[in-house]
Amino acid sequence: MKRVYVNEAWCLGCHLCEYNCAFANSGLSDMVLALKGRPIRPRIRVEEGDRITYAVSCRHCTDPICVKSCIAGAISKAEGVVRIDRTRCVGCLTCVLVCPYGALAPGEDGAMQKCELCLQNACGAPACVAGCPNRAIVYEERGEAE
Amino acid sequence: MKRYVIVGNGVAAAGCIEGIRSADPEGAVTVVSAEKHAVYCRPLISYYLEGKTDPERMRYRDPGFYERMGAEVLYGRRGVGIDAAAGTLALDDGSVLPYDALCIATGSSPFVPAFEGLDSVKNRFTFMTLDDAMALDRAVRKDSRVLIVGAGLIGLKCAEGLRDRTAEVTVCDLADRILSSILDGECAALMQRRLEEHGIRFLLGDSAVRFAGCEATMRSGATVPFDILVLAVGVRANTSLMKEAGGAVDRGILVDSRMQTSIPGVYAAGDCTEGEDISSGKRRVLAILPNASFQGYTAGVNMAGGSAVFDKGIPMNSVGFFGLHAMTAGTYEGDIYEERTDHSLKRLYTEGGLLKGFLLIGCEERAGIYTSLIRERTPLSSVNFELLKKGAVTAAFSPEQRRKKFGGEV
Repeated sequence: MKRVYVNEAWCLGCHLCEYNCAFANSGLSDMVLALKGRPIRPRIRVEEGDRITYAVSCRHCTDPICVKSCIAGAISKAEGVVRIDRTRCVGCLTCVLVCPYGALAPGEDGAMQKCELCLQNACGAPACVAGCPNRAIVYEERGEAE
Repeated sequence: MKRYVIVGNGVAAAGCIEGIRSADPEGAVTVVSAEKHAVYCRPLISYYLEGKTDPERMRYRDPGFYERMGAEVLYGRRGVGIDAAAGTLALDDGSVLPYDALCIATGSSPFVPAFEGLDSVKNRFTFMTLDDAMALDRAVRKDSRVLIVGAGLIGLKCAEGLRDRTAEVTVCDLADRILSSILDGECAALMQRRLEEHGIRFLLGDSAVRFAGCEATMRSGATVPFDILVLAVGVRANTSLMKEAGGAVDRGILVDSRMQTSIPGVYAAGDCTEGEDISSGKRRVLAILPNASFQGYTAGVNMAGGSAVFDKGIPMNSVGFFGLHAMTAGTYEGDIYEERTDHSLKRLYTEGGLLKGFLLIGCEERAGIYTSLIRERTPLSSVNFELLKKGAVTAAFSPEQRRKKFGGEV
């Protein structure tokens, strides 16, 4: 299955992926209306370490611990994509407690949100990838890292 | 064709069914369900009281689950006896189910002490099942005074669920603090303050000893009038099936990392079991939903002749009240790193070069990164622990670790 991967060496740490993510998932067609003057809640986030930056989002794990841990049965995996049924989520944060990648966080309404590869929104493919100015983020098929 | 029997129909049973089917699409699966409901999300019963969910959304699996899995469910039936030599399970209606592999997933039951005068209380409830929640839901009125005995997770979630529906919610506990099994005094005080701000009353270090109609007499001699009584003193693992069959039982049914019990062909999973807590190295009943799910799946795979282990069990909880969350994991032993503000508290416990446990209140962001360090027993010498103290970030991992985590499928 195709997933989102980030090349640390190419990531500029510009945070554009975070803005593109928040916009893509806002359901709005105007970026200014979607983002201006409000805290953004992107499903990808740029991490900064010792002289490196890179973006982290859901790994869509082979055996996702969030799916088995969700107390509301709200997280499932189908066709390689881990999704949340936000109408069932009660905001208990158990998924936050277990995700080894820190890839889930509450949305504005308190229900959890995470990267769903933009497959359900108007983009149809990851907006973080399309908008990365240095092509540091890619959407491709890989096996396990050797 | 192999015959599989699962006693219980909760999350562990659902995991077990899925585990069996991952390895054996053919065998006959029979589920013995004491509750007359399809598998549902038990921890959501307080959210049901609160009106945040409903029985339809509380389903743990879609309505076609059992049919798709080829599992037959016997609703309203209980397992009453195992004949391990014959490989049969007797049910409470006198019927007998032969099995090739059996999984006990009977969960736990409320522990109700023998209070004097308890029979004189008409409106008394426990809070463990959907039926309990529905009965309480029907009984509660706008002017009800509710007394909850027990300030543990169950009692407090019940209190939160009822708070906006009724006049008065009082919680008493013999312990001097709330959530005494997972929080120390200081952390408990932070959570208690939030609950009190929302109108929950507490009587701590004091508990009911006697009841007469609509009045409780406390150990201190004080009396508390109430209309509705909820008993949430504690829970006990349902181990009797195993005990009577001569299997190894302590506070729960003893299982190994394959979920095998001491009786060949008999497995167990979920809240009724006692397995290893790898953070302390001790055996514990880890009665939390994620473990039920992991254990159930593991049991199912092994019952069907596959090979699976679950050897990462740790206690962990994410519990929130009125928007303030406390996250706890592992064991509170060793050196402590602590950060605090007026409204938040972070404690990381390290020992022998490993993260052993943590406690986070009001600073829960990305906590799973910490949890994974405990579960994976990641040597802290291999990560930038100074960075991790500040916050849960993956940038604290080495380039090699990051390449494995982020460079390919995981």
